[in-house]
Amino acid sequence: MKRIALTLAAVAALTACSQQEASNELVIYSARNETLMKPILDKYTEKTGTEFQLITDKEAPLLERLKAEGENTPADILITVDAGNLWHASENGVLASVESDTLNKNIPANLKSSKNDWFGFSVRARTIVYNTDAVDPSELSTYEDLATEKWKDRLCLRTSKKVYNQSLVATLISTLGEDQTQEVVEGWVSNLATDVFSSDTKMMEAVNAGQCDVGIGNTYYYGRLQAKGAAENIALFWPNQNDRGVHVNVSGAGKVKHAKHPENAVAFLEWLSSPEAQEIFAGVNYEFPANSSVPSDPLVAGWGTFKQDIIDVETAGSMQADAVKLMDRAGYL
Amino acid sequence: MNLVSQRWLNLVVSGTTLMVVVPVLVIFFSWGKGDSSIWSHFFETQLTTLIYNTLVLVIGVGVLVSWLGMKLATLIVLYEFPFRKHFEWMLMLPLAMPAYVIAFVFIGVFDFTGPIQTLWRSTFGDLPFPPVRSTGGVILVFSLVLYPYVYLLVRSALLRQGNSLIEASRVMGFSRQRAISKVVLPAVRPAIAAGVSLALMETLADFGTVSTFNYTTFTTAIYKSWYGLRDLHVAAQLASLLMVFVFIAIWLEQQGRKRNSYQQSSIKTLQREKISGLAAFKAIAFCSTVLLFAFVIPVIQLIVWVLEIWKDELTSRFFGFIWHTMALGLMAGVITLLLALAVNYRSRFSHSNWPKNFARIANLGYAIPSSILAVGIIMVYGWLDTKVVIPGASLLGLPTNTTILTGSLAALLMAYTVRFMAVASGPLHSGLQQLKPSLIESSRLLGASGPLRLKMIHWPALRPGILTAFLVVLVDVMKEMPATLIMRPFGWDTLAVRIYEMTSEGMWEQAALPSLVLLLVGLLPVVLLVRSSRS
Repeated sequence: MKRIALTLAAVAALTACSQQEASNELVIYSARNETLMKPILDKYTEKTGTEFQLITDKEAPLLERLKAEGENTPADILITVDAGNLWHASENGVLASVESDTLNKNIPANLKSSKNDWFGFSVRARTIVYNTDAVDPSELSTYEDLATEKWKDRLCLRTSKKVYNQSLVATLISTLGEDQTQEVVEGWVSNLATDVFSSDTKMMEAVNAGQCDVGIGNTYYYGRLQAKGAAENIALFWPNQNDRGVHVNVSGAGKVKHAKHPENAVAFLEWLSSPEAQEIFAGVNYEFPANSSVPSDPLVAGWGTFKQDIIDVETAGSMQADAVKLMDRAGYL
Repeated sequence: MNLVSQRWLNLVVSGTTLMVVVPVLVIFFSWGKGDSSIWSHFFETQLTTLIYNTLVLVIGVGVLVSWLGMKLATLIVLYEFPFRKHFEWMLMLPLAMPAYVIAFVFIGVFDFTGPIQTLWRSTFGDLPFPPVRSTGGVILVFSLVLYPYVYLLVRSALLRQGNSLIEASRVMGFSRQRAISKVVLPAVRPAIAAGVSLALMETLADFGTVSTFNYTTFTTAIYKSWYGLRDLHVAAQLASLLMVFVFIAIWLEQQGRKRNSYQQSSIKTLQREKISGLAAFKAIAFCSTVLLFAFVIPVIQLIVWVLEIWKDELTSRFFGFIWHTMALGLMAGVITLLLALAVNYRSRFSHSNWPKNFARIANLGYAIPSSILAVGIIMVYGWLDTKVVIPGASLLGLPTNTTILTGSLAALLMAYTVRFMAVASGPLHSGLQQLKPSLIESSRLLGASGPLRLKMIHWPALRPGILTAFLVVLVDVMKEMPATLIMRPFGWDTLAVRIYEMTSEGMWEQAALPSLVLLLVGLLPVVLLVRSSRS
């Protein structure tokens, strides 16, 4: 009996680390990179004294964890990248609606959920990068064009496992239909200069080094390379300017339904939409601020303006699985 | 036998087995659930690729690992050549190198944008360079860091029995060369099998390396059906198919064991054959090449990257990563070792079959991809929390507004224990094989007390195994990535977590610092291993 009691005490001691209570704290589950979150959280702590507990992981495990934890979850805020992921979180009912005049004023309607259960805080474009020695921008026109014969052995792509590509293909399906999208993706695959890359950064470095002439990637990866001085041979091109525009996605956050610090959570979300926070949130990652009154980072502003095809979240979310299957069928690894 | 109360031992053995079985059962019960259209999609478009790729990987790594491990072990144990003593320990160093680290370093160094190919292009122009991000590349990278399993086990088997076998066969008129290939190598087959099966289980469960190479296997498909198709059930179904490969690996190992068991244990000073001239040069060149690619080049590249970024990365948080990594490794190491000892001890000295079967089951956890294992455990603990623990706590008037088991250190430690039981069992098994029931029986008949028997018989036989088991588990836990990512309690960020965050975004320079530290921390147990292997 004594031994059992000791065992129980040990288990209790082990599990005790996982439960902490404090009024001035916020628990964040984040799929956004920890390095990108740190500056913004530090700033808020400095301003309000709020202590953060940040757990970063991929979207799916975080969502599974929220679902498994149910009403016992310690999480107050879910931060994730890609509209498809936000849609899934919303669909699974782990987020709560937030009625806030500040958020409604600062975040444009097309960057938040109709249920107000998540808000986009920064915007990124998934666009074409090209090698300035090998490609004249006049050769480029649309995403679909990259599937044509003239790009044979000249294209580099990131893996289809990345949600950014799944969202891009999902929007292609919704505008072009399944059959035509399948042709486009098959065309991309047959134009590949080398096996697909596991990250945008490495893909862009390959374009920069001349392993391939064009690629499709997120703008902020280009920004990071540019800031490092490692983008001397590449430039951005804004495709589809005569029709729907460049594929644009968001990074966003919502209040967790069973948040233990709901007031703190709302206050934090409101602050995230303020100019002060927006500058940091978007700036650290060379993204476009969601709050239109906030200017972009000078480096980002240098890329110029372009027509945006802001992702329809319903489409991206509901068609994600179709996009994955389509890419599987097209042999896009 | 009755050193520990039999009943307690049985309880521990059953509990340990249950710990492995329940999460797996949760996963196997996923059959019939989930979206059948997703499953049929996988069946139609992916399954042949998955099986083909997995087979190619397993065969490639299996062959290369056993060739490298065997060749190196025979060179080191049976021959004498310049620098042999140095190679003997240095060849264990890659054990500290996680496969997912060498993966991104290799691509960084040898791929198109890396220094080698850039130099190549400026020298040879368009002369093709072998593709790095390829099937061959993945197999090579795995083998370079997994061969030490075979090397270590074959080496100690050879040290134990190599010389007497050679002597015996030379008496029979065999040449030394022939004695090695015809008598010695077949005799160390159990060691090879044990080493290869460890390497293969690690390969089958790997996610970090194959995803860096974008090589499609069951684990990446599991992740894809989870992340991309949002179907955990299909993911779990794929995981259960992956288990089939593991069953085969384990079955092969057991077959290997059955036909050959350790009996020899005459430790004499080994008579090494001196080689010189070209033969010595070839031996040195072979060992150096392996070491160069598996350790030296990766370490140099990591250092180069670290020198670029250390000022921004070396913050106080960093020491937190190191501390968490060590603490998790030590805790999991002790727990796993104790449980593995109980399970294997019970199975070794039992007349009935159940402990043996339980031990076999308990060792299967190593093959379950950590992510799926984590999901299984989270499901079980989540259920326990909601149905048992929280109602219980509220009955006692304790605070109930957070989860208790889910997301606790205990859950993560359980995942580690389940996963690395086999790692601890391997070395213990060899030691236990040497503990002959007849020996224990005779010592009892001679009236030796329990503690005396423990000191004089069990401990000497088991000590090397216990040390090895603990160290290998420690290193493996510190390197573990997917389960740590999913299950770590708040604040328990480890070096592996940091590496994941950086590599997934292609920020290899930033991933280099935690990788290098993980490597250095991982070297400590390897150094101890080297030391213990000398005595």
